[in-house]
Amino acid sequence: MAALEEEFTLSSVVLSAGPEGLLGVEQSDKTDQFLVTDSGRTVILYKVSDQKPLGSWSVKQGQIITCPAVCNFQTGEYVVVHDNKVLRIWNNEDVNLDKVFKATLSAEVYRILSVQGTEPLVLFKEGAVRGLEALLADPHKFIKIKIFTASVDRKFISLMSLSSDGCIYETLIPIRPTDPEKNQSLVRSLLLKAVVSDNTQNGVALTALDQDHVAVLGSPLAASKECLSVWNIKFQTLQTSKELSQGTSGQVWYYGEHLFMLHGKSLTVIPYKCEVSSLAGALGKLKHSQDPGTHVVPHFVNWETPQGCGLGFQNSEQSRRILRRRKIEVSLQPEVPPSKQLLSTIMKDSEKHIEVEVRKFLALKQTPDFHTVVGDTVTGLLERCKAEPSFYPRNCLMQLIQTHVLSYSLCPDLMEIALKKKDVQLLQLCLQQFPDIPESVTCACLKIFLSIGDDSLQETDVSMESVFDYSNSVHDEKMEEQTEILQNGFNPEEDKCNNCDQELNKKPQDETKESTSCPVVQKRAALLNAILHSAFSETFLLPHLKDIPAQHITLFLKYLYFLYLKCSENATMTLPGIHPPTLNQIMDWICLLLDANFTVVVMMPEAKRLLINLYKLVKSQITVYSELNKIEVSFRELQKLNQEKNNRGLYSIEVLELF
Amino acid sequence: MGEFKVHRVRFFNYVPSGIRCVAYNNQSNRLAVSRTDGTVEIYNLSANYFQEKFFPGHESRATEALCWAEGQRLFSAGLNGEIMEYDLQALNIKYAMDAFGGPIWSMAASPSGSQLLVGCEDGSVKLFQITPDKIQFERNFDRQKSRILSLSWHSSGTHIAAGSIDYISVFDVKSGSAVHKMIVDRQYMGASKRKCIVWGVAFLSDGTVISVDSAGKVQFWDSATGTLVKSHLIANADVQSIAVADQEDSFVVGTAEGTVFHFQLVPVTSNSNEKQWVRTKPFQHHTHDVRTVAHSPTALISGGTDTHLVIRPLMEKVEVKNYDAALRKITFPHRCLISCSKKRQLLLFQFAHHLELWRLGSTVATGKNGDTLPLSKNADHLLHLKTKGPENIICSCISPCGSWIAYSTVSRFFLYRLNYEHDNISLKRVSKMPAFLRCALQILFSEDSTKLFVASNQGALHIVQLSGGSFKHLHAFQPQSGTVEAMCLLAVSPDGHWLAASGTSAGVHVYDVKQLKLHCTVPAYNFPVTAMAIAPNTNNLVIAHSDQQVFEYSIPDKQYTDWSRTVQKQGFHHLWLQRDTPITHISFHPKRPMHILLHDAYMFCIIDKSLPLPNDKTLLYNPFPPTNESDVVRRRTAHAFKISKIYKPLLFMDLLDERTLVAVERPLDDIIAQLPPPIKKKKFGT
Repeated sequence: MAALEEEFTLSSVVLSAGPEGLLGVEQSDKTDQFLVTDSGRTVILYKVSDQKPLGSWSVKQGQIITCPAVCNFQTGEYVVVHDNKVLRIWNNEDVNLDKVFKATLSAEVYRILSVQGTEPLVLFKEGAVRGLEALLADPHKFIKIKIFTASVDRKFISLMSLSSDGCIYETLIPIRPTDPEKNQSLVRSLLLKAVVSDNTQNGVALTALDQDHVAVLGSPLAASKECLSVWNIKFQTLQTSKELSQGTSGQVWYYGEHLFMLHGKSLTVIPYKCEVSSLAGALGKLKHSQDPGTHVVPHFVNWETPQGCGLGFQNSEQSRRILRRRKIEVSLQPEVPPSKQLLSTIMKDSEKHIEVEVRKFLALKQTPDFHTVVGDTVTGLLERCKAEPSFYPRNCLMQLIQTHVLSYSLCPDLMEIALKKKDVQLLQLCLQQFPDIPESVTCACLKIFLSIGDDSLQETDVSMESVFDYSNSVHDEKMEEQTEILQNGFNPEEDKCNNCDQELNKKPQDETKESTSCPVVQKRAALLNAILHSAFSETFLLPHLKDIPAQHITLFLKYLYFLYLKCSENATMTLPGIHPPTLNQIMDWICLLLDANFTVVVMMPEAKRLLINLYKLVKSQITVYSELNKIEVSFRELQKLNQEKNNRGLYSIEVLELF
Repeated sequence: MGEFKVHRVRFFNYVPSGIRCVAYNNQSNRLAVSRTDGTVEIYNLSANYFQEKFFPGHESRATEALCWAEGQRLFSAGLNGEIMEYDLQALNIKYAMDAFGGPIWSMAASPSGSQLLVGCEDGSVKLFQITPDKIQFERNFDRQKSRILSLSWHSSGTHIAAGSIDYISVFDVKSGSAVHKMIVDRQYMGASKRKCIVWGVAFLSDGTVISVDSAGKVQFWDSATGTLVKSHLIANADVQSIAVADQEDSFVVGTAEGTVFHFQLVPVTSNSNEKQWVRTKPFQHHTHDVRTVAHSPTALISGGTDTHLVIRPLMEKVEVKNYDAALRKITFPHRCLISCSKKRQLLLFQFAHHLELWRLGSTVATGKNGDTLPLSKNADHLLHLKTKGPENIICSCISPCGSWIAYSTVSRFFLYRLNYEHDNISLKRVSKMPAFLRCALQILFSEDSTKLFVASNQGALHIVQLSGGSFKHLHAFQPQSGTVEAMCLLAVSPDGHWLAASGTSAGVHVYDVKQLKLHCTVPAYNFPVTAMAIAPNTNNLVIAHSDQQVFEYSIPDKQYTDWSRTVQKQGFHHLWLQRDTPITHISFHPKRPMHILLHDAYMFCIIDKSLPLPNDKTLLYNPFPPTNESDVVRRRTAHAFKISKIYKPLLFMDLLDERTLVAVERPLDDIIAQLPPPIKKKKFGT
């Protein structure tokens, strides 16, 4: 839950802030210390936790600082520009700003941007950007890129803007280094509607706090006083707000859990915290009166569409104006929505072209009707697959599945086609991604995974993350068997099943190894693990398991037994690896397979050893549990004895003093 | 404050009887509880759950059903085949009537309260009309094959549901014929069990019948069609009891595994009118079978074989955080089962069917706080006195000199004379006790052991003169005209001049024993008296009430003392008021007139009237001795309440002499050890 904590005022001296407020607040190289630049002549370094300034530097009378001071994170020095062209670099030891390093530049500087990990960038008023180090040595060159309060999110630069109608918009600028020539279309979506009133144009500011929260400074619709409010843009709710009665300069900075703003005449810091909250808490304090049922609900319900997304287009005129003013090339909104285009492509074009289109579409993930389009796309693709047997856009399907928005019930045909094509890779992906696969389909997958040849497996590219390389530990197997397995209760030596043992004793040495090395190749193991991870209901799965051929059942059982042995090697009873099957899953499947096929398996000579092993496994487990029960009784008796020791018996005479 | 030698006694081998039935009365906010030995107790939930009345048990009267009818009339029925009505004023059984259907398993009062229905061993359901002073048999319903274990009325009074073995019948009350017979599945976790016993039914006003059975199921039936609607398997053992809230939006069931489940009627989705029953909360406050449950508007009440009465408040229904918001577990009776002879250092323990007399041991050693002293002589079990007949003992007392023991059952009063010759003890019963002394609710000896005071259930107080081996009836204070309220508590002044008697609701009466007349009546107070005693010399009557208030009333002056007024003005410490067991015994220090000694089940306290009262900011209970503190600090932080929580559960505490205390504890573990083993639940494996 996002919360604003008690504010406190930083400056002990009244800042000479003009009507346009502070020039800026920037982070220094130490956490908790910030550079505050006022619009006059002074730069102050504050330690927020102590609420006091650590240092203060001013330029000479007559000079004016024109760009907020920043910290060069690589060197720990501070950089400031005064009188547009004069660059100053100093550090904590320097006292007088006039005596520090000085460089007069040829062009007027707009800002210096400093980001942790790289050298500061100098942005000139004409739009040029230069690295600071390079600037100090070289003549300048022009490159056209410009950043504001922007957050970089893997593939996109998302630009949030508070427009004059009081709404917050998010603009996504995809980074496409591959085709810089192409005009990039900008998708702009409405994030929050009317968070500040229309008529207070001045003193409004916005800063992004994290992925889901923004802080807005300005007058809300009802109240006349200015307020700092924190909004959750995901749920469109007001999380918290704070009234600032003395007026602000319309500037907000946010660094490391602190919000900085000019409140009245002094710099105010409000600590901000966002802790993990419940959904109910996130539903917020202000309810939106809009009825979500009024706009047409598409075929696929899209939970992530923000309320009132339809309004975004009405405001497009205005948005374009804003964007143009910011010197970003904006292409006109396409007449046909991209989704429609994509669907028509699916119906006609070649596999290659479809793939390109789908990839393009997926790149713009944040569109409001994303879920709908993905659903429609898959349905369209599958329809075409059915119509044209040769058409199988495997890569497209893989990409679409990986969007995490599909489920079995949305496109039941998908797995059917994959089963027909014996596309184990796609099936594995489906098993991993879909939450609602029916047991019959799971079983069909299992059949294919067990029956597919090793050579055809070699060609596939299945995900191996659930499989650990078991072969590494094979060499020291024998030792571990003696100690570790015994620890978890499985001890074949002490077993009383003598007649079974006699047969087992006869087994050649190499067979011992066989039982401890993986009975299936690694790729098959990965596929089977996907089955083990899938959800099922026993009642529905059992009848389908009976259809699997007996030798495959044996193979699977062997593999499960192998996994069990691997599990029991360590005390926590887990398998190594990133996402391994759990012991419960393994045991459940062993039980299920035996339940379904016992009569068949028991007749097979090659399964005999396996069955004996399993029998002993169960027996040893029973022994362990009965031992545990015995131990429990003993412990209880011990506890009783212990209690009796504390107990003073039935009668005693004691001394009591009351104070 | 003082150093004491404490005789710490744990050999009082008292085990409460298991709870069989509870019945909640909404009108008076009282709870009737019946135990397996036939005892019926009445708890006043408005008076801090005080057990204000009880009816002694009887060996042949195992109560199987308990219900309130006609407002506040209480009926019970049991395996002896009788229906009984209890007189809540005189605290006796008004009448017992045989229903002629064999053992009675179930009973239910009609929604209007004017009719009573019993289910019998022979499969009959019998309807009785409740008349102002009795009940009258009206008719039988269609006889069923097997015993009727549970009954429930529809709110309209036109239909009833009856649970039997393997089936539930729905009867039309007018015709008395079975409309539907709903067969309960015998299947139990896949295996077929021999019989499925329907332990409880509840008929809701919408026609749904809820049943709980021995297969661990809670099932919902449609009584119009006779079909099963929904089934919840909630336990591996029997589900033994069910109770529905008056609003029919929630109900509670109890299982043989000791679990209580709360079911609530909740909307399927928010804003939808369609509602369904959902199992919401499980509670595990019992170790043994939960034989019975009740549902008050704000709490779930349960009781069973483990003898605890558990009152679990529903937090969503509790508005203010007070007494009602706390979980209550009532294990011990709210009256004193122990009396003590100070002179001979004897303890008399009262059990349901016998008395035990013990002599305390002694020591010559001394020690510091917390030390256990070596015994020079251990405690002796002197006497085991068994009652004759099936009736439970109501009350008992040993005289301060130790030569008299008196006890009473419902039908007889017994007085014994004890003679001590060296280590031998001889017992002689005083014969020919007058009939009017029987069914005494409280017995008390005067300090000099020459007088015996007996409070009979008819409201009269008898004074008996004891001399040598004989007795003489001196006087009887008759109740004021028009009242028949029984007196439950007695207190006599050490000089033998004053006798105080308190009933269950009216104020405390003080009698002048010398002039044999009523001296005064202490102003009535809203909460019942839990304990009282008269201080030596000053003759101040100290009264403790169930709301934890303590008053001091000067008998000679006929008014509250100044100290009592000060206490009332300032109020007790909030922690003192939040204690959840009543004060059951008050005594005084012979040499320190400013001290009052009192205790409840979890603490023992000496109130020093000379010290300032604690306010809410003061630490009420400080178990640690003051260390390295100057006298000034000690004096500033000292307050009137000196509390010790060492001894618990504390059933009795008294001062034997100036420096010796006796404390009788009954550890819960010792009680649990004597209960039958609970249903075994596996901890490991499958």
